[in-house]
Amino acid sequence: MHLLTCKEFLAELSDYLDEAVQGEVRQQLEQHLSECPNCWVICDTTRKTVEIYKGIEPVPVPEEVHQRLMAAVEKKKAACGSEHGKE
Amino acid sequence: MIETSSGRGVFDEAAVVARAQAGDVRAFSELVIRYERNILRLAQHITQNREDAEDVLQDTFLKAYEHLGQFQGNSKFYTWLVRIAVNESLMKLRRRKADKTVSIDAPVETGEEPMAREIAVWEDNPEQRYSREELRAILDRAVESLALPYRTVFALRDIDELSTEETAEALGLSIPAVKSRLLRARLQLRDKLTRFFRRKGDDAFAYM
Repeated sequence: MHLLTCKEFLAELSDYLDEAVQGEVRQQLEQHLSECPNCWVICDTTRKTVEIYKGIEPVPVPEEVHQRLMAAVEKKKAACGSEHGKE
Repeated sequence: MIETSSGRGVFDEAAVVARAQAGDVRAFSELVIRYERNILRLAQHITQNREDAEDVLQDTFLKAYEHLGQFQGNSKFYTWLVRIAVNESLMKLRRRKADKTVSIDAPVETGEEPMAREIAVWEDNPEQRYSREELRAILDRAVESLALPYRTVFALRDIDELSTEETAEALGLSIPAVKSRLLRARLQLRDKLTRFFRRKGDDAFAYM
């Protein structure tokens, strides 16, 4: 089996974390991970980076910003009549 | 306080979009309530300016309302919305920077391999070291320090959790271009966050 360099490992890291790599390439990546402590740390902390962002919910839009938006939509509706969106 | 009335799973988006297309403003407002926080956050990440982000939020939904009839349902409504929001955000950036070259498609620095500079083990639950507000500030600042092509792709793929294909579609990029930007974005963020999250005492040069 071809032994990956760290550079080759890094190039595949994103796809590996997204489970978009299968078969022999995946085996090569896992082989490299088991032998290279630096790449193991990089892989582990990159995975945590992605996970930490996924866990953050967006904050609610302030009420006045939402109201301003809905008022603008109502105004647009009045301007377009019932024919909006029918172009 | 605005709350969505239902979880994502049971929301029949196609039906709500169809009602909105038929002129039902209440249906359109359901779409606004569902997606406005994500669009505001995305616009904030791209424009890096609160006032611009609020303008982008409004312009995005107004444009969506105006062009609802053109939405075909081939892509998800949210992906369609994101494409409008990205365009509006880029227009804001160009106007503010008086820079006509602002583009997602700007060449990424060629010749530089994706790399990791900071190599240190993190704490098991590093986020618990910070309050929720502190954590949010650290994460937001890290994203905002990325160059435009990277932070935009990261915001769509890893924050909004669009697929690679949806991100490519929303940004008008090829799939390899999305992947290469995402890899670089993730590695750069990892470097930045390592300074906050590394295990204390792990080496003599620990940050804190």
